[in-house]
Formats: sequence, structure tokens, C-alpha cells
Amino acid sequence: MSIVRSCGVVLVLLLVVVLACAPVVRAQAPAVPAAPPAQASAGNADAGRKLWVSYGCWQCHGYEGQGGAAGPRLSARSLPLAGFTAYVRRPTNQMPPYTEKVVSNAELVNIHAFIQSRPAPPPVASVPLLQK
Amino acid sequence: MSRTSSVNRRSFLKGTAVTGAAALVPDAVTQAAQAPVAPAPAQRAPAATPAREADPPVEVEAITTDRPGGDFMVDVLKSLNFDYIASNPGSSFRGIHESIINYGGNEKPEFLTCCHEESSVAMAHAYFKVEGKPMAVLCHGTVGLQHASMAIYNAYCDRVPVYILAGNTLDATMRRPGVEWAHSVQDAALMVRDFIKWDDNPVSLPHFAESAVRAYKIAMTPPMMPVVVVIDGGLQEDPIPTEVASRLRVPRLTVATPPQGDSGAVAEAARLLVNAQNPVIVADRAARTPGGIAKLVELAESIQAPVIDQHGRMNFPSRHALNHTDSAAQLIANADVILGLELTDFWGTVSAFRDALHRTSRPRVRPGTRFISITAVDLFTKSNFQDFQRYPEVDVAMAADAEATLPALTEACRKLVTAERRAAFAERRTRLEQAHARARDVARAEATHAWDASPISTARMVAELWARIRNEDWSLVAETGNTSDWAHRLWNFDKHYQHLGGSGGAGVGYGASAAVGGALANRRHGRLSVNIQGDGDMLYAPGVLWTAAHHKIPLLSVMHNNRGYHQEVMHIQRMANRHQRGITRWNIGTTIDTPNVDFAKIAQGMGVYAEGPIENPKDLGPALQRALAVVKKGEPALVDVVTQPR
Repeated sequence: MSIVRSCGVVLVLLLVVVLACAPVVRAQAPAVPAAPPAQASAGNADAGRKLWVSYGCWQCHGYEGQGGAAGPRLSARSLPLAGFTAYVRRPTNQMPPYTEKVVSNAELVNIHAFIQSRPAPPPVASVPLLQK
Repeated sequence: MSRTSSVNRRSFLKGTAVTGAAALVPDAVTQAAQAPVAPAPAQRAPAATPAREADPPVEVEAITTDRPGGDFMVDVLKSLNFDYIASNPGSSFRGIHESIINYGGNEKPEFLTCCHEESSVAMAHAYFKVEGKPMAVLCHGTVGLQHASMAIYNAYCDRVPVYILAGNTLDATMRRPGVEWAHSVQDAALMVRDFIKWDDNPVSLPHFAESAVRAYKIAMTPPMMPVVVVIDGGLQEDPIPTEVASRLRVPRLTVATPPQGDSGAVAEAARLLVNAQNPVIVADRAARTPGGIAKLVELAESIQAPVIDQHGRMNFPSRHALNHTDSAAQLIANADVILGLELTDFWGTVSAFRDALHRTSRPRVRPGTRFISITAVDLFTKSNFQDFQRYPEVDVAMAADAEATLPALTEACRKLVTAERRAAFAERRTRLEQAHARARDVARAEATHAWDASPISTARMVAELWARIRNEDWSLVAETGNTSDWAHRLWNFDKHYQHLGGSGGAGVGYGASAAVGGALANRRHGRLSVNIQGDGDMLYAPGVLWTAAHHKIPLLSVMHNNRGYHQEVMHIQRMANRHQRGITRWNIGTTIDTPNVDFAKIAQGMGVYAEGPIENPKDLGPALQRALAVVKKGEPALVDVVTQPR
């Protein structure tokens, strides 16, 4: 159909980080396997969760950062803060920019902490519904 | 007889005895020969002076007839083998309405009571995609056709024939004062002419017969599209004139064979595909019929090429080793030859477009990649509505039906395969099998993320539904909720009716009604129809739930209730970010909450079994199970699931 699929650039940038992607772009199956769960982050994850919702990050990436048709998964994945911040400020793909005028660096640290706090998913083998 | 007639039995029989139309003489005419008929329209006494309420009734010779023109119209419709005619009732077609239910016995076609013309057309739209034959739709004059117009546009964009009969009263002197004037129009089809394939406004019953059959033939010739035949109120209601009865016949229908690609172009396409190192087949509305899937599998296997299914139809089995839909971007980027089969947007398939402040685009393919296009849409393009997308610069353009062309293309490929190419194909097949297996594993692993979340993840919802239908003969009749393609990633699609594609024009409001139409077609085959239903879409014409209950159409609707017009939520967010202000105000004008809509109560109010809202994923499976039990008894059911956005 006419919905444009996200290009290879998205896959390359997954480790660099995408905060929100275009509404009309389908996320690809990730080229990178899920990272080990929850890395330590300097920010406040609870505050980050509130920002995640109010600033609309969930719209493309889901309330848990699980990703979907509009944006790639960010949860359970290694996301260095520096790269995360750089991409959010000046995204190179379909994601709308979150400039310092609307999101402070401190807020980004908290959002990053929320993403990093997402728990690892259950192993596929432990989910009977996904076996057939 | 109950009335006086100006045409007595003797003179009528004398008139009709002149011609015998043998087998093609319809029932209405045959029966007309056994009974007198009332004066023809031209014999109506005009009202010379305005009648006052206290005036005595105008004396007329005939006040009843048992052979109205609508009966003959029904004969014509029966000859076209319509099973159903969907409609919201309207006075401009009261004549044929009565003929359908009494003269026609309300069978073939059976009248379907709809609550909105958008539902009538969307039901017909999806019905065709399951059954492979059109459903008729009756629309009321100006208002009904305007209500129907968005659904007609969807069907037009989706290349689906919908057979529309629009009532109208052309003779101004015969219109009832008041509303009938507001509901009458000089040129009824004008309002939809930009997005239908053909229309006519017959002025006599023989004219109607010919146009009705012609409309069917045109609608069914690729590219298939809706057609409109305007049926005048006088033609429907007035007695069949004696001088007309003698020459009434139903023309024979011969549906045109779909156009096949030029043999030279087929040979060139085969040469490119066989010699390609990385050929890719992209299919959108390629499989018109169940046979289309097998034909596409044969082509793909003849050259062991990966297939990207854009899901305009159920084109290719989801678990076939050559299905690489999940890897579309990489395949397009690496391809040296791309074959597009009935693509909506060839340019968009091979180009990337960035929706930023400064819109930019770039090729997604390597320089020198060759493009082959086969599409019947090249045979028929209109100019006003822009559904034809950007102009694609292709190397081989076949203005032809893809499904009809596939056998010749496959045969041409097979003839060109050398031992060396066969070995290369075998090696490619092995690689593709491995990649396909990896993609399935990745999809299942991705589905585990947010597995226990509330709102419920779309992957969880789709997996819960799959677990309960996978051992049934199921059909996904509509998926309008944008659930991140989980069904295609997790379910085993291998039959044509298991997926019907989308709306075509992306006009919200298609899904709920299309689901009922698809389920109606599935009913006679005993299939289990399921629908993943967006909340915004449902609110356009929820009355279709009543239609499903009234006509006992078994259908399980699972609400993907993300409580918003989520596409627009994201668009407003994009604008706010771009303008660097108010990035928390995305909800204004885009969300459907405060109050939350209780879809279960809406459905229950329409006579449909319903549960919800379901917010805990652990509650979902049992709710689906209970709803399925209702559906298996032959009735519709709905489960409202509060979900993640996508």
C-alpha cells in the first residue's frame, strides 16, 4: 500500500536513537537484537515517564517504548545518552525535532532514564501464544 | 382487477402479441401480457390549476397497476445475479424497492437495511473482495448519493466494482411539492462522476436494460471501479407502457476478459527478471481472485525471487519462504530489477520522502535499477482526484491486468532459465529461506515487548485473537486500526479471503461497514469473520452494527481502541515540534476521550453481544472466547480493547 516503509537509514540509526518517528512510516524489524535490560541512567525515570507521555514520545514509540508502525522500539536496547540527545535535537529521518526551546537537556536525561528503565521482555519461548 | 384502465385486455394483448422475445422476455413482461396496464406516463393528466386541499380528487382512469416498470428493472437485476442490494430506504426508489421485495420475492437480490449510504457502499466494497462479484446498492436521489460519495471514492481508489442505482425524479412536473424537489437533480451522477468508471441516466425501460447490463460489464472489466445507473422515479412506478412492453428484453451479459500484457513486453520483462542478480517482486492489488495467489507463487518460484506484499489484496502466503515483506526496505535498496504488480504507488515504493519543514525525496534504489510495471490502471486514469500518485519512470510499462499476465510472464521466464541461472536461483532460494525464518523469529521476539502492558499492546491483542481463530476457517475482513502489521507478521495467511486489503482512498469510516459486508459474503461459506476495528472509524457509521444484528451476520469485531484519531495526534505533534511550541497540546481536536466512548454499550444498544472495555491483557483471551461462542451461533459480537496507539 501507499504507506512508506522506513528506509535502511533508520536501521543504522537505531543505536544512535530515535525518539519519535514519522506518523506515516512503518517501523522495520530491528536489525539489532534486544539489549540486556535496564542500564543505569543519571536521570529520574518516574519524571521521565511523565514527560514521555506529555511530550508525545509514546505516540510513535508506544507507552513502553516498544515501538510499532510509526516508530522503532527504544526499550530494552542500549542507547548512549549523547547520541540520543544529538538525534532528538536534529533528527535525520522522519522524526520531528525536539529542540532545546521545547525540551531541556535535563528533561531529556529523565526521558532517557525512563527508556532505559523499561524491563526486558519475557523470552519468546515462555509465551505460548507466540509459538504457532 | 381493482381499477379501470384506459387499455383493455384485448387491446393490450393485441399490442404485445406482435413480438415474442422468447427466453429473453422477462417475467414482468410475460405477466404484463396477462393483465391490463395503466396509462403510460405521457398520458398522465397535467394539473392545469393548483389543487386546493378541499378540492375533490382529480378523476383519473387508473389508480393502480400491477405491472410497474420497477418489476422489469428487477428482472434485469436478477439476470445479473445479484445476491444482495444494500440500501438506506428513500422515496426516490420506492418503486423498485417495492418491486424487489414483492415482485422479486426479496431474493436475488435480497434487500439489506443499512443505516447510512456510506455503510451500504462499504459493505458492497468488501463483499466483492470476498465473493468476487458485485453487490448492488440503492441510493436516494441527491442526499443518498452524497452520503455514499466517500465510500464510492474508497471503492474507486481500491479498484472495486460497486453497482449503484440512484433514484431520481427527472420530470419536474411530476415531482411532489417540497422535499422531492430538494431530493431531485438534473444530473444525479455528476456529484460522483470524477470517481466512478461509468454512469447513465436511462429514459426508458429498454434503455435501462441496456445500460444496466453495460454498467455491470464495465464495472467488472479491469481496472474495476464503481458504476452508477440513475433510475427515474417515473420509470419505476409507472405501468410498463404497452408499446414498450412488446420490445422489452434483457440483453445478454458477456463479461470482458481481463487485458493481458503485450507479448513483446512480457518477453522483455522475463529477460530482465531472469538475468537479474537481485530481482524483487512487489505486489499490491495483484491477486484479484484466489487463483492470483497461485500464479504469483509460480512466478516467484520460477526465478526464486523475494516478494514484498503491500497488502492491497491477499497476494502471497505470509509464511512462504519467498515472502520478505518485513525486509522491504533492504530488498528495494539492493534490487537491480523491481517488478511492480498493480502498485498504487510505484514511485513511493522506490523513493524515500521526508516530511520535514523542507520536504525532500531521494531514490531508495541503486542507480541503474530497472523497473517493470504491470497495472490495468494505466488503461484508465482520471484527472481531478489525485489518487494516481507521482509519475513513475519505469523501463517496461504494461497497461494490462497483472493477474492475467502472470502465467505468460512465468512461462517466458521458465524458457529463459539456463543451468547456470538455475544454480544461482537455488542458491538464492536457500538464502531467502534462511532470511525468512530469521524475520519470523524477529517478529515473535518483538511481539514480547510490552506484552503485559496496559493499555494492551497491539501485538498482544493480535496474538490473543490468532490463538483463538487459527484452527478455524477464518477471514480477516477488515483491519483499520493500524496495528503495526502484527497480523501479517504473526498469522498464517494463505487463502485469498483471509485478507481483503484496505479502503483504497484511506477514507475513515470504511472499516466497520466493510467488515459487515465481508462477513456477509463469508457467511454462506461458513467462515469465521474477524475484524480489528479502529475506534475513530467505528464512530463514523456505528449503525452498521445494527445491520449486522438485524441480518444475523456473524462477525467478531475486536476494537483497537486507542481513544484517538491517532494519525492526527502524530500530525499535530509534528507541527508543534516543527514550530517549537505547545508540544503538550497534541490532544486538542485529536483524541476521543473525556468521556471515553463505551463501545460495548453502543454495540449492545444495537442488539450486538459485546464486552469491554478490556484494559488488563489477562482478561482479553477469555473475553474473546466468549464472544467467539456467540459468533459461532451466527450472530455478531464485539470486544472493546483499550490499546496502545499502534
